[in-house]
Amino acid sequence: MIQVRDVRKVFNTGRPNEFVAIDGVSLTIEAHRTTVLKGPSGSGKTTLLSLLGCMARPTSGRISLLEREITSLPERFLTDIRRRSFGFIFQQFNLIKGITALENVMVPAYPTGERYSSLKRRAMELLELFNVGAKAASKVEWLSGGEAQRVAIARALVNDPMVVIADEPTAHLDTRLSREFMEIMGTLKANGKTLIMASHDPIVHESSVVDGVVEMRDGRLV
Amino acid sequence: MRWFEKQKNILDFTLSALWRRKGKNITLVSVYAFVVFLVASVVFLTGAVKGEAERVLVEAPDMMVQRLVAGRHDYIPLSYMKTIGDIRGVQNVKSRLWGYYFDQTNSANYTLMVNDELDIQPGSILIGSGVARNLLVKETGSLPFRTYDGSYVFMKIERVLDEALDLVAADLILLNGGDFRRIFLTPEGQATDLVLKVKNPREMPTIARKIVALLPDTRPILREEILRTYDAVFEWRGGLSILVLSGAFLAFLILAWDKATGLSAEERREIGILKGIGWETSDILQLKFWEGVAVSFTAFLAGLLLAYVHVFFTPAVLFEPAIKGWSVLYPRFQLTPHLSVYHVSTLFFLTVVPYTVSTILPSWRAASIDPDIVMRA
Repeated sequence: MIQVRDVRKVFNTGRPNEFVAIDGVSLTIEAHRTTVLKGPSGSGKTTLLSLLGCMARPTSGRISLLEREITSLPERFLTDIRRRSFGFIFQQFNLIKGITALENVMVPAYPTGERYSSLKRRAMELLELFNVGAKAASKVEWLSGGEAQRVAIARALVNDPMVVIADEPTAHLDTRLSREFMEIMGTLKANGKTLIMASHDPIVHESSVVDGVVEMRDGRLV
Repeated sequence: MRWFEKQKNILDFTLSALWRRKGKNITLVSVYAFVVFLVASVVFLTGAVKGEAERVLVEAPDMMVQRLVAGRHDYIPLSYMKTIGDIRGVQNVKSRLWGYYFDQTNSANYTLMVNDELDIQPGSILIGSGVARNLLVKETGSLPFRTYDGSYVFMKIERVLDEALDLVAADLILLNGGDFRRIFLTPEGQATDLVLKVKNPREMPTIARKIVALLPDTRPILREEILRTYDAVFEWRGGLSILVLSGAFLAFLILAWDKATGLSAEERREIGILKGIGWETSDILQLKFWEGVAVSFTAFLAGLLLAYVHVFFTPAVLFEPAIKGWSVLYPRFQLTPHLSVYHVSTLFFLTVVPYTVSTILPSWRAASIDPDIVMRA
């Protein structure tokens, strides 16, 4: 589904603080499967996730999504692909403070021009699916860690993406909530989603939901 | 349809975003509305006073003729009336007697005028309401006038003129021709000036030229010229007030610029999240556009409404002395409520447009940050 060919990502090119985050990585992510990027801090997991999710462009190399080369696309098209194809669950949840859980779930779909009423209904269904429907009208800063995580998952799914990308999703969760999270991921996989996660948490890469673990160190595959 | 829904959704999010920072935004809107209020008050007041003056001048004579001696206004012989009346196109000619009287006791200037049509009895006067207010006199009182030779004559107040005439009649005292000549020693057979009615207004410049040719020591003044003078005087006063206010306006612009351009860490983080979850740079710019429109339009409407109430339903206390005042007798009158499309659109383009543009342009930089910043945060 996603093919990565000899990709390099260099930050601050040509400056004294030049830093090679990804160095010649080639990889194939298969559809409807769960792939985990594993490795210590600074190994390049998050940068590789950004590249896979069309959030950043590689310095060199090629990335293809469904046989279509996407690295050379202009920002507008890349954003469109990102919005339609990927749902993101961030390490810090990255929910927007001051607005309700329901609004947070709806935000990614605002630029699509979908009718407000149907979007609201769909967002509500997602919150109910993850057992946080009762918290729909609550501001996100009032939610517990587990509730915030579920709202973040609902937000990632609001545009019905093919691929769900999660960066260190259990970093701020206790063991029970981490297992619960992996159960939800199992449900998503069963529903045909492709899952890509970056984590060094054993609960994640030892889970039965995971089909493949890609180990990284110093920006390279091990 | 999808475009419309998209704008509606983004506007909805904008309003919710503004409400989240309500303390900061309410302060900004209040300051903004106050600036609009100040500028709009001056513009409305200037326009309304000019309108009032124009309405009053509709009744004014088409043309006045004065006599000049050594470049100064002097009495005009009544014999000139015949010469002018014989010019083709002149409907009638009348003489007027008027002058200024300085009341030393009250340090005020009054306009004394003879009005033959009102048939004022010798020894009686009609006074403007400004004069009555200034002297604290009622209709039954009498007023002393110091004549040209230092002696005093006492005139009985017959009645006080209607306040509706205040713009032109606040400082007016109407009296009999004989009394006027007695106070100022105006020779018989002479008048202050002559007023003309002309059949065809387009002939006025020609008639004025003929008068000057026949009577070279005269100066004809057309009503149009008086209107232009009013325009110039009130525009000048309005302009001067705006100039004084420009300091406040500039201070506001600096505040707005700082607010609009200085994105907080929280706002930058939010832009990062929005880009990360699929918003394009243009979506963020639309968000900022609606934010600018919401703030500036609310402030504009609030400022406009406050200015409207201030000018037309209160005595425009802040600017009355600057725009309306002359001498010590301020005319007291209610201005007719009136909104001109020209004034409203000028204010709109001076306030809403610059603010909205100043929010959008710098937001471009913030909106074009890489979406992966949210992954690395």
